[in-house]
Amino acid sequence: MSAPLVRSLRVVLYEGAGSRSIPDADRFAMMATLLQGGYAVTSVRTGSRTVPEGARTPIVVLGRFENAPPREAESDSAAAPIYFRDIEGVDAPAIASIVESVHAEAGTGRPGGWKPWFPVIDFGRCTNCMQCLTFCLFDVYGVSPDKQIRVQNPSNCKTDCPACSRVCPEVAILFPKYKMGPINGDEVREEDIHREKMKVDISALLGGDIYAALRTRSQESKQRFARERDDKRALEERRKCLNKLQEQLDVPPEVLAALPSLDQIRARTERAVAAAMQGPTPAGTEPQ
Amino acid sequence: MKTQPRIVYCHCAYAQVVPADVKQDVLRRLTESGTSFDAVADLCEMAARRDPWLAGVACQEPTQIVACYPRAVKWLFSSAGAPLPERGIRILNMRTESAETIAAALGTAADEDA
Repeated sequence: MSAPLVRSLRVVLYEGAGSRSIPDADRFAMMATLLQGGYAVTSVRTGSRTVPEGARTPIVVLGRFENAPPREAESDSAAAPIYFRDIEGVDAPAIASIVESVHAEAGTGRPGGWKPWFPVIDFGRCTNCMQCLTFCLFDVYGVSPDKQIRVQNPSNCKTDCPACSRVCPEVAILFPKYKMGPINGDEVREEDIHREKMKVDISALLGGDIYAALRTRSQESKQRFARERDDKRALEERRKCLNKLQEQLDVPPEVLAALPSLDQIRARTERAVAAAMQGPTPAGTEPQ
Repeated sequence: MKTQPRIVYCHCAYAQVVPADVKQDVLRRLTESGTSFDAVADLCEMAARRDPWLAGVACQEPTQIVACYPRAVKWLFSSAGAPLPERGIRILNMRTESAETIAAALGTAADEDA
C-alpha cells in the first residue's frame, strides 16, 4: 500500500523520575481526550522510556515537572525535536489546547479528518487473481513491479463500501472497520468461502462475460460501431446492475451516485484487464 | 527475568465498531494499572499513512496489542510495511472480548513475566 508519509506529533504523558504523579481520573480523561483528537499517547509511569521505539517524529512531553525536564527525555532527542510542557493544574480540555499549539509549532500532519476506510489484503489467502483490480471502479488497486496485487490508492476507496471484498473468491480482502465477519477480519470459515452471495459474478454485473467480450471486441468492433446505439437499453441495464450491486454487495447509495459513466467503466475495465493479464506473466515473458 | 511486554492500545477513534464501553473500560484499567503503555488513536489511520512508528512496534517483542481481530491487525501492519513477527506478539480483540477478559489477559501476562 502506498500513501504519503506524514510526520505526526506524538505525546508522552510523563510520570517518571522528576515528574509528579497524575491522579487516575485525570490521567484517564487526558488520554481519552487526546486519543479522540487523533493523537498517539505514550503513558510513562515508571522507568526511563520516554521516546517510543521507532518514533522519528516530533514529541511533546507533558508532565508535572518538579524542576527541569528529566534527562531521560533529552537523551534520545537527536532524531526529532522534543517539546516539554508543564501541565501542573491543567485539566483535560486545556491539555488538548496545549498539544494543539505544539502541533502547530512543530508543523506536524493533522491527525484524523478521514475515516480510515480502505481494503487490507490478507496475503495468506490471496491468490493474485486480480478480480479486485478488475472490479474496483475507483483505481484503489494496482499491481506492484513484481506483479503482485496491492492497494495502491487507499484514499480513493469509498467509505463504507465493502464491494470488492464480496467479489473476492478467497475472502482475502478485509475492511477492519466493517460491521460483520469475515470482512472485518474475523476468521474465515468454510461456509464463508462457499457462500454464494459472496461470490458475485462481476461479468454478469457488467452485462456479460467481460473477458470474452474483450477478446472478441476487436473482431466485432466494426459491426458494433456500425450499429445504432440503444442508449435507453444501456441505461436500463446499468440501472439494473447498480440495483444488484447495492443489494448484494452492501454498497452505500452515495457510492453508486459517484460511479463513473458506462463508457468510463468500460475503458477502465479494459485497462484493468490488461494489467491483470500482465500480472501473473512470468518475468521476461511477453504478455499475449 | 523476562522482558516486560510492551502494551499497545488502539482507541479506534474514527469508527464505532469497537463497543465504546469496552474500549473506555480497557483504557481506564490501563491508566489505573501503574504500567507504561502506548495508546494510538487508530491503527487503521496509522497504517494508511504508513506511520514509521508501526515498524518500531513490529520489531519489539514481546508486545501485546489491544485492538480488534488478530487477522485484521496482522495484515494492517503488513500493509504498512511493518509485518508483525510470527512469535512474540499477542493480539487482544476488543470487538469480541470484554474489558474484564482483556484486563485479565494483560494482567496474567504481567504476572507471568514478573
